[in-house]
Amino acid sequence: MSMRTPLGRVRGLGSAKDGTEHFWMQRVTAVANIPLVLIGLWLIISLVGDDYQMVVTKLSSPGWTVFLVLFAFSVLYHMRLGLQVVIEDYIHTEWTKILLLLLNTFFVFFTGAMFVFAAFKLAFGG
Amino acid sequence: MSEASTGSKRPLSPHLTIYKPIPTMVMSIMHRITGVALYFGMFLLTWWFFSAAAGEDYFNWVNGIFGSIIGQLILFGFSWALVHHMLGGIKHLVQDSGRAMEKAFTTQMAKAHVVVSAGLTVLVWIVAYLAG
Repeated sequence: MSMRTPLGRVRGLGSAKDGTEHFWMQRVTAVANIPLVLIGLWLIISLVGDDYQMVVTKLSSPGWTVFLVLFAFSVLYHMRLGLQVVIEDYIHTEWTKILLLLLNTFFVFFTGAMFVFAAFKLAFGG
Repeated sequence: MSEASTGSKRPLSPHLTIYKPIPTMVMSIMHRITGVALYFGMFLLTWWFFSAAAGEDYFNWVNGIFGSIIGQLILFGFSWALVHHMLGGIKHLVQDSGRAMEKAFTTQMAKAHVVVSAGLTVLVWIVAYLAG
């Protein structure tokens, strides 16, 4: 006789392999994105018309570096979850779906690597 | 078991094409379209940001593209998608709490959504031009 509870036996067996995490993280990142995007818009507006030196000086300040990394993480997390749902909704051929889900993840990590590299190079590259 | 979900020959219930487009439905679709657009817009933003780290000549070249008429049009669309998606997202967060679900009210919200998102986007651009 198994000592496992019915809940323990079925955990991880659903088609999504996770419970409400996807829904919840979509909301967590959505809430985080509100201030991050508003501050980001303000940052971009403040850079309009600036030349290279002014842009680099501003973006390399410690506060903006921290902001930019947080921005990239939250936005990319959110958009990966979002596009995942779009792919799952419209692509019904199994291998195409898996390929696109992989590309979604790769695209997000690639964009994130570019973004974070740029943030750190501006901050530390002098 | 897994084969059941792969059958592209399985019939689908008629959906989008048979319904009259109503405001809440159109806004729901717009939320998804703007979300997908922002997905690719984020790459453009990253490219611009990356160019600032890559050096002055490259930055000026990329900045020139975004400063061109086509670049500005793309940025305008990007900013509108951002504002529209954010307003839609805030609406979703409110509705997650069980509020603002009445039929008449959601229709009013959907109609206001377009006006507010367009208005805020134009406002952002006016502020940007005044600042620049």
